[in-house]
Amino acid sequence: MSTATTPADGRDERLAPTSALRRLLARPELGSVVGAAAVFVFFSIAAPTFLQASSLSTILYSASTIGIMAAPVALLMIGGEFDLSAGVMVTTSALVSSMFSYQMTANVWVGVGVSLLVTLAIGFFNGFMLTRTKLPSFIITLGTFLMLTGLNLGFTKLITGTVSTKTIADMEGFASARALFASQWTIGSVTLKVTVLWWLAIVAVATWILLRTRAGNWIFAVGGGADAARATGVPVVKTRIGLYMGVALCAWISGQHILFSFDVVQSGEGVGNEFLYIIAAVIGGCLMTGGYGSAIGSAVGAFIFGMTSNGIVYAQWNPDWFKFFLGAMLLLATLLNAWVRKRAEAK
Amino acid sequence: MARVRTGVRVVGAVLAAVLGASLAGCSSTGGKRAEERARAAEAGRPAVSTPRWTFAMVTHAGDGDTFWDIVQKGAKEAAAKDNINFVYAHDDQAQQQAQFVQNAIDQKADGIVVSLAKPEALKDVLAKAAKAGIPVITVNSGSAQSAEYGALTHIGQDEGIAGEAVGTELNKRGRKRAVCVLHEQGNVGHEQRCAGAKKTFSGTMENLYVEGTNMPSVQASLQAKLQADPSIDAIVTLGAPFAPTAVKAKDAAGSKAEVDTFDLNASVARDLKSGALGFAVDQQPYLQGYEAIDLLWLYRYNANVLGGGRPVLTGPQIVTAAEAAELEEYIKRGSR
Repeated sequence: MSTATTPADGRDERLAPTSALRRLLARPELGSVVGAAAVFVFFSIAAPTFLQASSLSTILYSASTIGIMAAPVALLMIGGEFDLSAGVMVTTSALVSSMFSYQMTANVWVGVGVSLLVTLAIGFFNGFMLTRTKLPSFIITLGTFLMLTGLNLGFTKLITGTVSTKTIADMEGFASARALFASQWTIGSVTLKVTVLWWLAIVAVATWILLRTRAGNWIFAVGGGADAARATGVPVVKTRIGLYMGVALCAWISGQHILFSFDVVQSGEGVGNEFLYIIAAVIGGCLMTGGYGSAIGSAVGAFIFGMTSNGIVYAQWNPDWFKFFLGAMLLLATLLNAWVRKRAEAK
Repeated sequence: MARVRTGVRVVGAVLAAVLGASLAGCSSTGGKRAEERARAAEAGRPAVSTPRWTFAMVTHAGDGDTFWDIVQKGAKEAAAKDNINFVYAHDDQAQQQAQFVQNAIDQKADGIVVSLAKPEALKDVLAKAAKAGIPVITVNSGSAQSAEYGALTHIGQDEGIAGEAVGTELNKRGRKRAVCVLHEQGNVGHEQRCAGAKKTFSGTMENLYVEGTNMPSVQASLQAKLQADPSIDAIVTLGAPFAPTAVKAKDAAGSKAEVDTFDLNASVARDLKSGALGFAVDQQPYLQGYEAIDLLWLYRYNANVLGGGRPVLTGPQIVTAAEAAELEEYIKRGSR
């Protein structure tokens, strides 16, 4: 918006009506949509099985497992913070549900509830430490990440004597919990997993918070500049803690999905996934510096990730190069995204 | 601008010098040329006239894993012989592994080979493969679940039995205090190996966890352990790359312990021959990959199934100095 026009009636130019097209072009996620289209076209040509309905449903599922976490991480990044513990937190929440239910011989739903409390407590811890110590969130959550990695393994070994949990599939409540967190519907050759619905719901709620509520304004304000926000009466501490608890809530949903779709949880998993969430958010238009981005963008970013990681397999490329292609694709998508945004803003 | 140009020139000159030196200073022994001469004799061409089926292999290997590289080599050579389009994918996270099996089903593969290190995670997706009528063979790990999940056969080594063989061999060598080095915290198969060794070993054995992705830290942990307890007279590592590191740690700590290992590689063979290592336990990874593909081909071609509902074992095989000399050229070739 470089050229400010003063309307004839002498009102402030910031109140001038902007055209719908211009508003669309200025959206943070526009670039990622262009990137997604490019990746889609690329794999449609490169991989013959990519366009099958069954393949697309696999890609959607793959995207949803990243996207459920990418949405709250995007909100957190708009608020100007990182969470490096998000990947292992998912595993922690699955482990807590499974082991609590098994050890107490309780209904599975009890374990699910306890796990929610524990995961939210971890999120609260992250936010509380951040606001109390004034250390960068990178350091705080790096500490949490290492502690959780150790706790996952240590507790699992201590309680079950092995490195994975015991099966809870024969316990009461498992079937209903599975229906909520890990069910699927098969229509012909297409399998729709319930995580896709969770993902869409989470993205919708996150978008509504960002664009239609006071809390959304606070998130943008805190990410744009915490001191200025505090000076204008934004509850900075509450906003930050809330953002971390949002990440924890979604980590709990992801964790329950992993538990109820696989029944047994490996204690060492989840490490490294936090970067996938961050990159999905960044492709979707979030800035690393905070104050800018969108939840819809994170969904598009997760979809790009799903297309790329599965597309490489469908294209039958040599798996030794898998990580290279993934990195190159993500970089290209982000570059394209930045270029589109620049063009849109220069209009 | 001028500075940039001189920089480019300097880099160019250095590159030219390196290239020139490498062309002029040839080695008449070893190196890539010797490898190429050895290879020219064994170019793979299909030996059959069956249709070109697609077999997918999905394993729980991490990136750059030496053991799985040999499994893959065996599978590839069988695929070349049997006129198979071979697709390989791997990930150490269970969810991603299940995803890859799903990808293979989407691609309508004619057969799937899968390693069941985390069996429950693959249960549903293997049921889907069965529903789609795709034959499945499990390799390396998951012998207990293989039949239950509808696989034709399991090919691999029973980790418990392999561990027991180690314990027996240590008794033969008159060892009293052993340490079992686990380089992957959270690997069920590794736990089973150490438990098996403990079972048959008449002395005392304890587990030591090290960080397998960080060699210097492996050496430091082991060194500290040996310094803390000089009575240790045997070290068992669970992977070939860790054996030379254990030897280094032993020398640095001034310990008299004998180092023994699971799996083989070129430096293990060399150390076995020189006596720096006691023995190695091989599970013939090449055979696991080769047989898996070949058995899928046999099933497609002739509906043959091997094993009679029991796992087909590829190990354990105890390799000592005498056998190492014989295996060395195969190890160098990357197929043992």
